[in-house]
Parts: sequence; structure tokens; C-alpha cells
Amino acid sequence: MYTPEMLASIQKVEASREARIGAELKRFTAQEKEDLLRTYHPDFKQEEFSELRIGPNKGERVPHELAELLEGHSRIKDVKLDLSRIDYDVDVLVIGGGGSGASAAIEAHAAGANVMMVTKLRIGDANSMMAEGGIQAADKENDSPAQHYLDAFGGGHFAAQPELLHKLVTDGPNAIKWLNDLGVMFDKEPDGTMITTHGGGTSRKRMHACADYSGAEIMRTLRDEVLNREIPIVDFTSAVELILDTNGRAAGAVLMNMETGEYHIARAKTVIIATGGAGRLHYQGFPTSNHYGATADGLVLAYRAGVALKYPDTQQYHPTGAAFPMQIFGCLVTEKVRAIGGMLVNAEGEAFMHPLETRDVTAASVIRECSTNGKGIETPCGGSAVWLDTPLIEITKGKGTIVKSVPAMHRMYMQYGIDMREQPILIYPTLHYQNGGIQINLDGSTSIENLYAAGEAVGGIHGRNRLMGNSLLDIIVFGRNAGKSAGAKYKDIKLGEMTLAHVDRYEQEIQDAGIANGHISPLLLPQYARVQEL
Amino acid sequence: METMVNVFLFGKKYEVPESATIMTAMEYAGYQLVRSCGCRCGFCGACATIYRVKGDRELKVALACQTQVVDNMYIATLPFFPLNKQIVDINGVRPDDRIMMQLYPEIYSCIGCNACTKSCAQELKVMQYIAFAQRAEYAKCAHESFDCVMCGICSSRCPAGISHPQVGLLARRLYGKYIAAPSEQLEKRVAEIEHGDFETLISELMNRPIEEIRELYNTREIEE
Repeated sequence: MYTPEMLASIQKVEASREARIGAELKRFTAQEKEDLLRTYHPDFKQEEFSELRIGPNKGERVPHELAELLEGHSRIKDVKLDLSRIDYDVDVLVIGGGGSGASAAIEAHAAGANVMMVTKLRIGDANSMMAEGGIQAADKENDSPAQHYLDAFGGGHFAAQPELLHKLVTDGPNAIKWLNDLGVMFDKEPDGTMITTHGGGTSRKRMHACADYSGAEIMRTLRDEVLNREIPIVDFTSAVELILDTNGRAAGAVLMNMETGEYHIARAKTVIIATGGAGRLHYQGFPTSNHYGATADGLVLAYRAGVALKYPDTQQYHPTGAAFPMQIFGCLVTEKVRAIGGMLVNAEGEAFMHPLETRDVTAASVIRECSTNGKGIETPCGGSAVWLDTPLIEITKGKGTIVKSVPAMHRMYMQYGIDMREQPILIYPTLHYQNGGIQINLDGSTSIENLYAAGEAVGGIHGRNRLMGNSLLDIIVFGRNAGKSAGAKYKDIKLGEMTLAHVDRYEQEIQDAGIANGHISPLLLPQYARVQEL
Repeated sequence: METMVNVFLFGKKYEVPESATIMTAMEYAGYQLVRSCGCRCGFCGACATIYRVKGDRELKVALACQTQVVDNMYIATLPFFPLNKQIVDINGVRPDDRIMMQLYPEIYSCIGCNACTKSCAQELKVMQYIAFAQRAEYAKCAHESFDCVMCGICSSRCPAGISHPQVGLLARRLYGKYIAAPSEQLEKRVAEIEHGDFETLISELMNRPIEEIRELYNTREIEE
């Protein structure tokens, strides 16, 4: 599978391997990290951002691709809808079928609410399902929520909203317990001790995992629980606009059947946006590890209704995306591979950094290696890459470790004849996570009454970078939180008349600002069908 | 110029790049996918696909996102398969001998044809984990079925009408909740937090000036 040039470079990796075992790799100093990020991290490429001309974040910069959607026209701009023809009438409407949406639905249902989930693909077609490495929680004897806070706050460049991060770390152990009690199969010792490892930027081993199917195991359990509770799921249906009532409070959503194009009206006393991330917008042309529907839809809906976004200018580029072969270009190679001993090595066989720096710093360092330093390996995917030395794991952690600890990775590479136990793999950063998103309060509510948000669609919990394992934690903690809040709030709500006036108002703002980008949003799905050239 | 191959999507011929997966071949052919496409990385099971290479006697099944095309591949996606999912109150069941018999009695109709195992996109020993379920060996069933993405291919090939992914899922939840030993340290920590034991520590940290927090972060001790 590897090209002759790659094989020649592998020989250098093999030649240096023995000397690298046990050799202490220095971590970057605070100043080195700062310099790396400023010079090489994609968030700092000013020319890749536009200034928003309208809406609550007017004057702030966001990636071009996001700006086009936030400043885009509504899908229902020229559609006549009768809001009095109500197809669904519920207490809590959850938009999104991933881990935060499912957690929210379960808790709202447990609180007695009439809950409905709507998702544009199927429940579980979500980034939650693809999270591989694990979930953090400070439950070990030598650990504490304060220590977890310090790691996450520093890793996020001291930009997290303190009260949100406090909740994330303090509720962490209970989130693990909740999942365990639902039947999630965590990796444990025979006596029940949780097996935990490091992630990039952690100072304690607090990464809980379910092999490298951590997100899948959690998501399929949550999905099963939603089904067992018989919570209705309207799938292959997207929310294309929020509906407010005449008092400016959330009152439902306009839904669209993804297959027939038919519109439906959902009335709801409370609405929870749990629509996830934006990797399929391919910022700066990066490949992505995200699922097919990651197109920032919830951000567009909330923004148009007047909710501000927190840190919409920052994304996480996962340092180890698969860079070869072409068929898996951009797919995630879990950080767990480094957590269990995989080393980052350049074309010359040199270990160029400590493998467990935070993701943003690691990504910047890989980009430097492949650009300025000229020590990348060229790939046919149109770029260069560095090695992740995986055979090293089998040497230092014992034969069989890879199949036991990262079976999905092993399976993915074996499809293409690469045995990562024998040969290293090629990696390069891939667009992985939306650090920013909808601004929320501690109870998951937003600036619009009765509108809540949870999961990757939210910004501010992690700051300007997120540690591995804090996203799975976030979707559980804040998904449940939003579900509980909505499940308590709906009881006292008397909805006013439903209206889409905010959509018309926003269109007027577009006109007034002279914006003519021609984009329609939310995007719903990326356009991958090849258009035949005439 | 990239080498091209012929594939037959639902019987219709298209020329696509040899390097394509079944999924990207469909997109190259002009399909804007809505169904049969989820995570695109082999985790969600949305893209179960049946194919036969012309002249081959064997019918094959795969995940479209994880499988490269070959010349003369006849392809049909399986966008949905009606699995039998029984409603279970996880708090109301126990991992006893009867539970599978009550909920999924069809597992005892297995005729041992092994079509499920042969068809599994994840190369799991599906018939084996069903056999464990028959014998109420839920721990073994849970581990053997662990990598299941619930694509439903196995069930589509089963003459006994077994919904293998649902059986595996129930076994895993029973194992995770009831059979695996509980973590005492986790329970202890949850109780400590509920008791407010860590609140002083964390609020002291949060109330420090940012420069002090920065210094603490940069000099923190990292567990070996």
C-alpha cells in the first residue's frame, strides 16, 4: 500500500525506534506553545476569516464558510406557511439526534415532559458516535474536580466561562455513574476499578474508555434508552427555522422532511438545540473527522433568532487525522493511540515533540514539521504528513495491545492492507471540533426564553481549545442539564401566538446591509455529489 | 489521469475512479446522498451495502464508507432494515437465564448456518455471540459483540429472523449495569462531591487572579 518513498522513510523510523524507547521527550514551554499557535494554527490565519455584518455578533470574525451561512437567506423566505396547522405539539422539542440530544430527551422525559426528538439523519448519526478515545472525569483518588478544572482551563487558554467549566468538572464523576448505571461497558479491572489513561494536556490519568468505541458505546446505549422510553423520534427531518411566540419566546420549529421536502410545524413549550458541530463546512479546505450532517445548522437557527455565539472564530483541528490512504483521508486516528505510547515522528525518523501536548499545540507542531521544517512525507492526497509510530506500542506496552485497546483503528487500516502493529501510519490535522457556539447560561438556557442549547452546538464551556475526553463529558453533563431545565420549565408555560417575524426581520437586515452572497441556510448536508461538467 | 473502473449502482453502469469507496463512487456518479450515509468513518452503520462482483458466486456485504470499489461491482445499498427491538426497562430486568428467552425467543431458532458471521462488516463472530446469549452467558456475549455498529447486515441474511444487533446490545447493557463489578472509587467520589467536599478547593482556584492560575497551570505536576 505504501509508496516506495514512504517505505524508505519507514526504514528511518525503524532505525531510530530503539533509541527513542525510554528517551525523555521535552514538553514545550508556555512561550514555545504560544509561538507555535500564532504561527501555525489555522485559527490565526487572518485571511481565512470574515467580519460579520449583521446579527448579535456583528463586527466579530468567523470563518468565511460560517459567515456565508450566518448571513444567508432562510430556506422558507419565499414559502407560505400556515403556522396554525400544527403537526406536532409537545412540551420539549429536541433538535438533534446525537449524545447531547439523547441525554436531554431522557432527562426531560424522566421529568414527566412530553418530549420529541427531530433529527435530519437517524438518531446516532452524530459526532458522539465517532468519539473514540474516551471521557474524562476526576474520580480517581489522586485527582479532584479542581485538578480537572486547571487542566481544562489552561488547555482552553484560560478562556472558558468559569461557571460552565465548574459544572463540567464537578458533575463529571456523576456523569460516568449515570452512564455506568445505564449499562455502558467501561473498561474496568476485574475488581471494578476504572481503567484510565492520559489524554493530551491532562495532569492526571482520568480518561475513561470503552476500547476505542467510547462514543459509539455511549451513543448506542443512550439511543436504546430513548427507544425504551418510547420517546418519539422524527428522523430524516431537519429543523430549518425556530418559531417564536409574540412575546419573543421559543415556541417550536419549522421542520422539513429531508426526502420529500415537505414542511411541518412543531409547536413546543421549550426547544433544545443539540445540533452539533460544523466539520462538514471544511474550513480552510481541511478534511474532517465529522459525521455527514455536521453543518452548524443550530448556530444558524439560533443566530437568526437573535442569540449570540461565543468564540465562533475557533475550531479544533485534531492533530492525528488519517492522511493516507485516500479512502480514509481525514478520518480520526484517536488520541488514545498516543495515550498508549504512539510517538510522532517525522520523515527523518526523528521524534519532533512530546506526543501528549494539547490538540491545538500538537496540530500546530505537525503543520510546522510539514511546512517550514520540510520534514513531512508527501502523500497522493495532495499534501504531506508525519508518522505516528504505532509498532512502538506493541513493543513498549506488549503484543496484542493495539487490537485490545484500539480495535477500530486496527480494523480501519487493515481494510487497506496496512497493519499498524507492523508499520507506522501517516497523519495530518483534520477539522474535528467546533470550540465555539451558542452562548448559554448555567442551566443551559439562552438569551431567548424557553430556548436551550447543549453539546457541540454550545460555546464557552472549554474556551478556545478543548481537551480530549471533555466533549463526551460535555454532551452528557450539559445534555442532561438542558433536559432537566426544560423538563422543569415547561409546566409553567402558556404559549402566545406563534410567529416567524424574526425571520423576516433578519432578511430585512440582510437587505439593509447590502449582503448578496446568495447562500441559503441552514446548509443541512454538504454538497458532495459531483456536478457533471458541460 | 486516474484509473477508472466500472461499477453498477442499482444495476446502472457508471465509470468511477478506482480509488473511490462505494460511498464516494456514488457521489462521483452524481448521487446527493440522504440515506445510507452517516459518519463516513465506519462507526454508525448507516451505509450497509450488498454487492456482487460480476462472475462471483458469493454475495458480499460491507460498509460503503469503508470499502473500496473494484471493477464490475454490482451495488445495492441497504438504507434501512427492520430489526426487532423489544422495549426493556433496564432497571426492571436482571441478567438471569430467562430474559433473552422472553424478549428474543427467535435466537433459539438459529439453524447454525453462520450466514451472520460470514456477512459481518466488522468481522465479528456473530453466531458465536448469539450462542452465548442462548446460554445466558451475557458477559461473553457482550464482549464478543462489542464492536457491533448495528448496521443490520447480519439480520438481513438470517433465515431465522434473528435481530442480532439488538441481542448484543441488551447483553452489553446487562453486562455494564449488572455483571461488571461496580467501581467503588467512583461511588465514593460521587458521594464526596454531593457532600461538597471539593467545593472549597475548586472555588479557591477559580477565585485566584488569572496570572496565578496561569502559573499554577504551567508548573503543575503531571502524573507519570
